[in-house]
Amino acid sequence: MTADLLFYLFAACTLVCGFLVIANPFSLNPVTSAMFLVLTMVFLAGLFVLLHAFFLAAIQVLVYAGAVMVLFLFVIMLLDLKAEERRRLKVFGITTGLIAVGAILFIFLNTLAQAPLGASTTPELEGTTMALGKLLFTRYLLPFEVVSVLLLVAMIGAIFLSKKELK
Amino acid sequence: MAEKLDQIFVQAKHELVRWLLCHVPGAWAEVLSALLSIATLLVAFAALFALTTLLERKGLGRIQNRYGPNRVGPFGLLQPVADGIKALTKEDVVPRAADQVVHFIAPLVLVVPVFLALAVLPVGRNMVVVDLDAGLLFFFAVGAATELSVFMAGWSSRNKYSLLGAMRAIAQMISYEVPLILSAVTVVMMAGSLSTVRIVEVQAGFSGWLPHWHVLTPWGLAGFLLFLIAAAAEANRCPFDLPEGESEIIAGYYIEYSGFKFALFFLGEYIGLFAVSGLAITLFLGGWTAPLPFVQWVPSYVWFFLKLLSLIAFFIWVRGTLPRLRMDQLMSFAWKFMLPLSLINLLAAGLWRFLPEGLTRWAFCSLLLAAAYIGLGRSLVQRRNLGRRTYRFAE
Repeated sequence: MTADLLFYLFAACTLVCGFLVIANPFSLNPVTSAMFLVLTMVFLAGLFVLLHAFFLAAIQVLVYAGAVMVLFLFVIMLLDLKAEERRRLKVFGITTGLIAVGAILFIFLNTLAQAPLGASTTPELEGTTMALGKLLFTRYLLPFEVVSVLLLVAMIGAIFLSKKELK
Repeated sequence: MAEKLDQIFVQAKHELVRWLLCHVPGAWAEVLSALLSIATLLVAFAALFALTTLLERKGLGRIQNRYGPNRVGPFGLLQPVADGIKALTKEDVVPRAADQVVHFIAPLVLVVPVFLALAVLPVGRNMVVVDLDAGLLFFFAVGAATELSVFMAGWSSRNKYSLLGAMRAIAQMISYEVPLILSAVTVVMMAGSLSTVRIVEVQAGFSGWLPHWHVLTPWGLAGFLLFLIAAAAEANRCPFDLPEGESEIIAGYYIEYSGFKFALFFLGEYIGLFAVSGLAITLFLGGWTAPLPFVQWVPSYVWFFLKLLSLIAFFIWVRGTLPRLRMDQLMSFAWKFMLPLSLINLLAAGLWRFLPEGLTRWAFCSLLLAAAYIGLGRSLVQRRNLGRRTYRFAE
């Protein structure tokens, strides 16, 4: 009962904050958007806790609400905010955004169609860090490694761009 | 007798919950128990904060050949009370250009998470607020909110010194979080668990006179020192207190805070220091376990707080004796020395785990770490750039 109530509370807060990130009627400031994104991440972590996935919840807060958002804010802080506020929507941005959203929606709907609602009572990722680690290093090893390589490439790119003399 | 004294707080809580349950429905038992633990923790660490402000001023005074505060109460013991009254009665000034809401929330975003972090620290046998399966991760996750708070404070004040301080602080915190977490990972590898209670249990017991603390192994010693240095940087303690360097940027990100909000920042920094010192104790210094076999009758929480006070004394000593680093030195120290050393320490811990027990693994791990330390130090000193700094964008 309490869990249900909390689910609706967290879900509603996630949706409201997520909406305020992209379309805030009170301010166009990117920093405000970024802070609402932090709140969205925190409420998402709350949803993970309700699913008994404590490890994922902690990682969600540590990586997204902590490190990633701070880097976002850091970049925003160094940019010219006025230019950002005046920016208009571009066709390229809208197209790629719509494609990405469509793809994610397709995956979600597929998963929903495969798993009938309310059928499974025990969640698959029941809490323990060990089970998650084993899954990551056996069944999902390839995606895991691909993501690591992707991050490494991004890191090398960032270092390359910030070098003063390109040799 | 010793057993009873050790569990006296746990027993007292159980008795209190049982007595309270006569008056409220039984479903409240867990809530009541949690509330009582949280209240005790809050009071204990707030009292420790008051004591530490006094100890720090006294200690720094002695290091600098003066008395320190000694006017209010016997030996100046009531000085924290006077400070608190002063903070409460000061005018709360908010700059007109400031972002009012964010400026107001920033101190709260600092104070609430650092108190949350205390919840997973086992301060005694059976004395932890929550024993989470991913306790260590929870600690670092809530710790991440301090960076956010620093940003909010610096950005919302609309003051260039605030912004500079916040930029410095965030760059420093992100850089030092990497060695901090990597050096904690070694302990997780040994304990095979992220639960803080389990980590302490692994370190209980003695071989001969020596306790099974992680700090008494080569990788543990290296990890402890790395952790302590990174912890000082995370807590903005001297010699890593550039974000608030008075001589350059006045007070950094909390320059536009006054009255009780300033006191909250102060409180948050100290509680953060206690939390991260408490974690160092839990990870490397055996948590609440006794250092020698024949003093095991002393209650466990006494040991925890004794260790905590000695670490605090160490931090005060360092603050009184070391000068502040320069920003580029700070960054290159984190990325070129601490990060490689903590990665090599991970390797050493792995070797320690899989080599047979005995002198060989001692020699092997110590040699590996010593070689890494000397090699990295040499290369840093040789490539030391003592000329004028060059900037990518600022020129």
